[in-house]
Amino acid sequence: MLVDKDKGALRLTAADPEALAVGLHPGMTLADARARTPQLEAVPHDPAGDEVLLRRALIAFGRFSPMIALCRPHGLMLDVTGCAHLFDGEAGLVRRVRELAAQMGLQARTALARTPQTARALARFGPGGVVPEGEDRRVARALPISALELKPEEAQALRRAGLITLGDLDDRPRAAFAARFGRDFPHRLDLILGQADARITPVRPAPPVMADRVLAEPIQTDEAVEAVLSDLLAEVMAGLETRRCGARLFVLSVFRVDGHVRRIGVGTARPTRDARAVLRLFKERLAALAHPLDPGFGFDQLRLQAGRLQTIPAEQEAFEARSARTEALDALIDRLTARLGPEAVLKVEPVDTHLPERACRLTPAVQAAAAQAAWPEREPEQPPLRPLQLFDPPQPVEAISLAPDGPPARFRWRRITHQVTRAEGPERIEDEWWRKGRRVRDYYRVEDAEGRRFWLFRAGHFGEEPEPRWYVHGLFP
Amino acid sequence: MPAPATLQRLRDQLAALAPRGCVDVEDGFRLGMAPADLGVGPLARKGLHEVFAASSAQAVSANGFGLSLALRAAPPPLVWVLEDRALSEVGAPYGAGLHEWGLEPSDLVLVRVRSAQALLAAGEEALKSGAVGAVLMSGWGEGRAWSLTAGRRLALAAEAGAATALLIRSGAKPRPSAADTRWSVEAAPSAALEARAPGRPAFRAVLLRSRKGPAGGEWIMEWDREARSFVEPAAASGRVVPVSGDRQAGVRAA
Repeated sequence: MLVDKDKGALRLTAADPEALAVGLHPGMTLADARARTPQLEAVPHDPAGDEVLLRRALIAFGRFSPMIALCRPHGLMLDVTGCAHLFDGEAGLVRRVRELAAQMGLQARTALARTPQTARALARFGPGGVVPEGEDRRVARALPISALELKPEEAQALRRAGLITLGDLDDRPRAAFAARFGRDFPHRLDLILGQADARITPVRPAPPVMADRVLAEPIQTDEAVEAVLSDLLAEVMAGLETRRCGARLFVLSVFRVDGHVRRIGVGTARPTRDARAVLRLFKERLAALAHPLDPGFGFDQLRLQAGRLQTIPAEQEAFEARSARTEALDALIDRLTARLGPEAVLKVEPVDTHLPERACRLTPAVQAAAAQAAWPEREPEQPPLRPLQLFDPPQPVEAISLAPDGPPARFRWRRITHQVTRAEGPERIEDEWWRKGRRVRDYYRVEDAEGRRFWLFRAGHFGEEPEPRWYVHGLFP
Repeated sequence: MPAPATLQRLRDQLAALAPRGCVDVEDGFRLGMAPADLGVGPLARKGLHEVFAASSAQAVSANGFGLSLALRAAPPPLVWVLEDRALSEVGAPYGAGLHEWGLEPSDLVLVRVRSAQALLAAGEEALKSGAVGAVLMSGWGEGRAWSLTAGRRLALAAEAGAATALLIRSGAKPRPSAADTRWSVEAAPSAALEARAPGRPAFRAVLLRSRKGPAGGEWIMEWDREARSFVEPAAASGRVVPVSGDRQAGVRAA
């Protein structure tokens, strides 16, 4: 059961078969539905999630026909002309489609007809199924007028006139309908009755940018691999150029004679189509591999694919427009990433949360995007209130405080006892309320007799079970 | 405190007295704190400076001091290479803390490496790239990688890339190297704010070696993030212990 807010009331937007069986229907308010069926389970409607699912289904059902399109609001339209014989005829095809839908956990209504509009109307408002050749008009005539997907007041007008099925409309002159409901009304009727035809516009994934070399003679040396790689790069970059794109990921697949395939990828901080720079990155990557390329009896095929394509804006092509220093920094990041891995070359990004350990995120520099959050403002004339270096997770310490809810008087960490001479706090930080087992933390900035500064906190209140515990979370210089 | 004019005259005198072949002021940076600047002179911008933590427990102070030197030395961006061991001992650099130190974290690229060799190699690469103002390298412990050659390579890379190299070492003893200056740093008690709150970050910094001047000198320095400058603690004068100039480098090994 899905609910969504509509004009201030929560209304059902979709219901599962069980809910429909007990008389609930979309459009009802949640309160009414609850009154009828108190045990119903309501989940907020998530249009973005639906869209993702629909896109996934689009790819999955692409196996039945390359001509596939979205059919709003929640359908797929396949043009199966010439495909049915591959699946034991039209009935077999429909059966296979239903099986796949069931495997994906979808409840599907399917129809197969001569035109897309007839199929849609049958699936959404009729019995579905496969329409035999030449029977479209007869079958469609039995559909209710709602199959035209008219505005509510138009449907109401037709119903008032005693017109219930499409057959009733089909028997009457078209001119009168055109005058009353607009000129395209007769055309829509004809589309559903199978008397006119409109093709679908298939969604097709863009072909990948790749280059492939099948070698007549297997190669074994690194130099030979690099030579072929540089040819492939030139080809891929030319492909990117025609699309006005750059790529942030390049994957090289190396096929060994004995069928073993090795994939090696390099990423870049910015979309690029600079073959020389990418070749240099590949060389670094190949040199730094934990398991070097083992040629065995040689490689007989190499394939290079470009991924994470992005349009390179025209002004970026003017090299001098961006400062040479920024370019050099990106190149440095790419070289270090190729040698040490993306997890080793990091940018520091703020995250919008008050939990200290979550407020700072280290992300691979090659993937870093513009920050979504800002760092807390510096308070003028104050020393830093956050440590320069943070322990994650915090390290437990044994602490003694004079007052039960006061700062510690001394604490023991890493087998050394520190006498606290200065302290500031508490700064109370609550855990995010949706997390389980949360405890309040009281943070203190403390300084010991030697001048070392720590960020300590006490988790939990005094007198609480379990006993409050002390931790050191970070260090100040 | 002497008047600014007097200070400038003294600085000029000092520059005139400085031995030949040392970098001139345009190519150097100052600490921003008069007593220390008089004692040290300008620090080479395209050079290598070593900061030793006085003990391994003082690693975070050495990092903070190094970061401050980097902020003084050169405009961003900044690369900070850290050995994994250093990360696990004192924690990972923390964005909000970096920001409060006076740095824009977006100007920083962090690099994590497994070994001292990798640390030196990544640092050298970053220095030579010409893309960064300063490179901090935080290493942990002793090892064969920390050779005279390694220091020399860093100094050359700094010169080639016109960047400042700052090598921060914890759990290690200072020893001769190609560095322009070598410091030993530990935390100093801060000047307390109201209600005994810890004040601005304070360091006790000992100059162990300077290539173009007498070594020796010990100062208490506070870091003022608004001015991005070292400052004298308000209460006492900066120089706490008068140290004779003829003291050998490395004597104050931690």
